[in-house]
Amino acid sequence: MKTIFKRPESLTLTPMHYCPGCTHGIIHRLVAEVLDELDLRERTVGIASVGCSVLSYNYFNCDMQEASHGRAPAVATGIKRARPDLIVFTYQGDGDLASIGMAEIVHAANRGEKFTVVFVNNTVYGMTGGQMAPTTMPGQVTTTTPRGRDVDDIGYPVRMCEILASLRTPGFIERVAANTPQHIIRAKRAIKKAFQYQVEGRCFSFVECLSTCPTNWGLSPYKATQWLEENMVPYYPLKNFKTPEESEEGGKNAD
Amino acid sequence: MARQTQVTIDKNRCKGCELCVHACPKHVLAMSKEINDKGYFYSEVVNPDDCIGCCFCAITCPDVAIEVAVGDNKDRGE
Amino acid sequence: MAKVLMKGNEAIGEAGIRAGGLCYFCYPITPQSEVAEYLSRRMPDVGGSFLQAESEVAVSNMLYGAAGAGVRAWTTSSSPGISLMMEGLSYIAAAELPAVLINIVRCGPGLGGILPSQCDYFQAVKGGGHGDYRCMVLAPSSVQEAVDLIPLAFDRADRYRNPVIVIGDGMIGQMMEPVEFKEHKFPPLPPKDWATTGCKGRKRNVVNSLYLDPIEEEKLNMKLVAKYEQMKREEVRYEEYNTDKPYQALLVAYGTTARICKTAIQQLVLEGITVALLRPITLFPFPEKKIQELARQAEWLMSVEMSTGQMVEDVRLAVGHDRPVYFFGRTGGVVPTPEEIRDAVKKHLTGKGV
Repeated sequence: MKTIFKRPESLTLTPMHYCPGCTHGIIHRLVAEVLDELDLRERTVGIASVGCSVLSYNYFNCDMQEASHGRAPAVATGIKRARPDLIVFTYQGDGDLASIGMAEIVHAANRGEKFTVVFVNNTVYGMTGGQMAPTTMPGQVTTTTPRGRDVDDIGYPVRMCEILASLRTPGFIERVAANTPQHIIRAKRAIKKAFQYQVEGRCFSFVECLSTCPTNWGLSPYKATQWLEENMVPYYPLKNFKTPEESEEGGKNAD
Repeated sequence: MARQTQVTIDKNRCKGCELCVHACPKHVLAMSKEINDKGYFYSEVVNPDDCIGCCFCAITCPDVAIEVAVGDNKDRGE
Repeated sequence: MAKVLMKGNEAIGEAGIRAGGLCYFCYPITPQSEVAEYLSRRMPDVGGSFLQAESEVAVSNMLYGAAGAGVRAWTTSSSPGISLMMEGLSYIAAAELPAVLINIVRCGPGLGGILPSQCDYFQAVKGGGHGDYRCMVLAPSSVQEAVDLIPLAFDRADRYRNPVIVIGDGMIGQMMEPVEFKEHKFPPLPPKDWATTGCKGRKRNVVNSLYLDPIEEEKLNMKLVAKYEQMKREEVRYEEYNTDKPYQALLVAYGTTARICKTAIQQLVLEGITVALLRPITLFPFPEKKIQELARQAEWLMSVEMSTGQMVEDVRLAVGHDRPVYFFGRTGGVVPTPEEIRDAVKKHLTGKGV
């Protein structure tokens, strides 16, 4: 018998603290599988952000740093500029990246910092109990939008891939999802490409991964994967926004 | 003869989220009536012979609780 | 090496490079932007990395990352910018990372002005950010001393694995003075085997300040306290002036203000009034014992600052009830004149204390 699926070496044995059915754990595994497959574990430094994944430094089996809320891209910049030989990635949620850390992510992307960002979008602040996030859907109820997100009052959800894609410099931007096996397989492909571009020292790479939050959405894990498909995917289209090849050939993104 | 497959679930890592049960195209898995050390009804293999080794269960498990092995006669690349 | 006439800010930039500070992050802010401008020219020549960040908040976190990856990282800024770095500083101290922050202080609070001040004393000396931590704080009173203290700052940051602040009022940055870059030798430092350099051939390293377990957090707090106690025992630096003969009063002042006090003291000597000065060079650890010792020979003390009175509190803490401790200061960017200080002293001598 040949084992064809097991825990990647780049994931520690520590059981994860995430709620049952939360797809953070899947995304962690995809990153770890990519680190294994590209043989990067021993020269990678991951940056854990503040949010549900605040303890991810216990799960990624490589050197890690814990950033303060929203600042992971700045910490990553510091590491990459200090030691360009290292592979650096940040693992951030929507509150961390799109709210308090918006300036940091936009400027890291615009400088074209050669590290990889794994951005998990589950439309809420999970760790603190389900408050509204920049990515909360119109009408979505959270603990700080008890009557549902009123777009007339606080605007529409933020689409990070589209924002970063409007910048000239960042080379690889793709949005994927982790709610179905098919999406998960495609998500891994994107994460792998992102890290490959970094290995080649080519460009800033950004993968936004739609993710579920059963606890704070008040849904069972499976229903949450369906809610994501029916509500988030239409608003956050799953596609590639930029690749360095296109930008270099004066493709659709070069301007 | 469907090729030989083996799905191993680490019952104490399972949090009973049932995603693997829904993901399996061949209804190989079901939730146990017993609870694990954390008090969750864990997922277990109930129809091993129907398993085609697609790994969907393991792919969709958020807690890396599932390992899949297949027989040597025909490898299915993941 | 010959003396060179340099602007303080540029001398600071050069000193940082020579001290091995080859990873510098910054954000423009008067009155110290010239450090960044200078380093943007110099860093490429020495193979260092220079980056102007999107904000000082980002700067402090870039420092955290670079320091955590085991390199000598530093920044320079001024009061409002340093305020934005306070959160990062707390994380740097908690994660026991070496970093050097240079604050060329401008008057405040708020947007304030761009003229010199010493109104950031509390921020620098009492930690500044959240949590029980301190930074070693070095206060040069000249461009030459700034250039001499910077290598020390880098060494001590590495040695204690703790942030070190070099604090100068605006003049230290803006003044031009002759300066010489001397060789500074330090004992060897242990390897940075805690840094995140890729876990090849070793267990993985984690740079972190999250402690959900109170016992572990307290252990970390005690570990930091032990560092500060060691600093208090081994790192106190000061300059005494005119203490070799009996004196009626003791002034306590640091930075540029101390130089002005020396002129005032010389003027008082001509009037037959002998006053001495104790100039702290380390604001943390504060030279408490020295002040207590010198206070015994004085009728009273006076803290002279370009602020509304901050160091005066630490002087009072050091002296206790033994002696009255007065205060004289100008703020808002106003630099006190020797005559003003002289008159303030005389007022106390004749009992008509301010």
